[in-house]
Amino acid sequence: MRVITERDRCVGSGQCAMLSPEVFDQDDEGLVLVLREEPAEGLREDLLRAADLCPSRAIRVDG
Amino acid sequence: MTQSAEAAPEAGSPLPQFPMRRTCPFSEPREYAALRESEPVSRAALKVNGKPTWLVTRHEDVRRVLGDGRVSSNLKLPGYPHQFHIPEEMLAQVRLMLLNMDPPEHTAQRRMLIPEFTARRVRELRPRIQQIVDEHIDAMLAAGGPVDLVTALALPVPSLVICELLGVPYEDHARFEEWSAALMNHDLSPAEYGAAVQALDAYLDKLVTLKESEPGDDLISRFLEKNAAERVADHVDVVTMARLMLVGGHETTANMIALGVLALLRHPSQLAELRADPALLPNAVEELLRVFSISDSGTARVALEDVEVGGVTIRAGEGILALNNAADHDEAVFPDAGTLDIHRKEARGHLAFGYGIHQCIGANLARVELETVYGTLLRRIPGLRLAADPESLRFKDDAMVYGVYELPVTW
Repeated sequence: MRVITERDRCVGSGQCAMLSPEVFDQDDEGLVLVLREEPAEGLREDLLRAADLCPSRAIRVDG
Repeated sequence: MTQSAEAAPEAGSPLPQFPMRRTCPFSEPREYAALRESEPVSRAALKVNGKPTWLVTRHEDVRRVLGDGRVSSNLKLPGYPHQFHIPEEMLAQVRLMLLNMDPPEHTAQRRMLIPEFTARRVRELRPRIQQIVDEHIDAMLAAGGPVDLVTALALPVPSLVICELLGVPYEDHARFEEWSAALMNHDLSPAEYGAAVQALDAYLDKLVTLKESEPGDDLISRFLEKNAAERVADHVDVVTMARLMLVGGHETTANMIALGVLALLRHPSQLAELRADPALLPNAVEELLRVFSISDSGTARVALEDVEVGGVTIRAGEGILALNNAADHDEAVFPDAGTLDIHRKEARGHLAFGYGIHQCIGANLARVELETVYGTLLRRIPGLRLAADPESLRFKDDAMVYGVYELPVTW
């Protein structure tokens, strides 16, 4: 499983960083930062949720 | 489209009027369920000027509209579904707020503000928010009940939080709270509305000018400093941004505090569960946000191109209201949507903060404020109860943002 984000699309809502702080953070500009690109399988449900809730569709979960 | 065609509804079938009223404070306007079921993308006439608009009511469709780059938020475009009467000449003078900008202007200004509202920054504000809440509850306990929860807690807490964040002196709060309440009122005349905007802008103009020469440790000063390098905004843009942050930062949260407390008092078993287990608070906050969706019609748009929504073609230039209160009561996403359930798994999928590039920039701050207020109130005043007949409460049916005017409580 791989987490792919598009920084250009990010609007800094921070929902991903609030919901899954072990995988997402925000950089100095407040835009999405992936801490673990290949997170543990157990996080799949949380990550799919973060991708779904992202208001700018900047998060994708592959594989 | 010509003026006359816009003003004339189709012969024989007068369009339903918008806004529609909530008959019960805990539920959506009655008409929404029927629209979602039989005509999820439908036509209505705006009460303010009789012009037609599209109403979008299903969760999936509301998300689609708000996430679509082919719709604009620009209130100066002819088809924009206004809910206030703004004369043409006044509209021409209006400076666009962030929430009415489209990319690339929107992207540039929003990016200057994002660092102020990150998950980390909001976590750092938590202790100060707790302190503010505790001080106000101390004062309530010292005064003794009954008190009006709106003036004692719901309004001053978010007002103080946003003042400190922006660098606005809190001693001026009575003045800006009055202007800001006026900006939310549908029923004001254009002259009264204009006067409130002018008064607030004159106040913020002085404040921004002061910060240009004497910066402080606050959002407005940091915005000015960044702007000196990037030149995204002129002085009037900064004043307009400050107005949006100040008004958006306290009015909405204040309404949610009072409505949320009322809802919990009316659902005593869920209130008892929350008091016993504060870990339930974050989801309870989401559920309360969903149930009330207080800024239902704040998501007005205009199609820039023909767009298909739920099988209906919305033509370029036509106005759209993507109703988040309707979306948040969509049974396809929220089974038994009319029932408050603090355990509801899918609560966070609500669109009360909007969706897409304009989603509320202060959403995470609001969440922390609501959690802190509800949690502290339940813990510190366990005997809290309503001190008025629920039927006597007056709700903000006439305002852009739903709320309750007064909430007498005692303990």
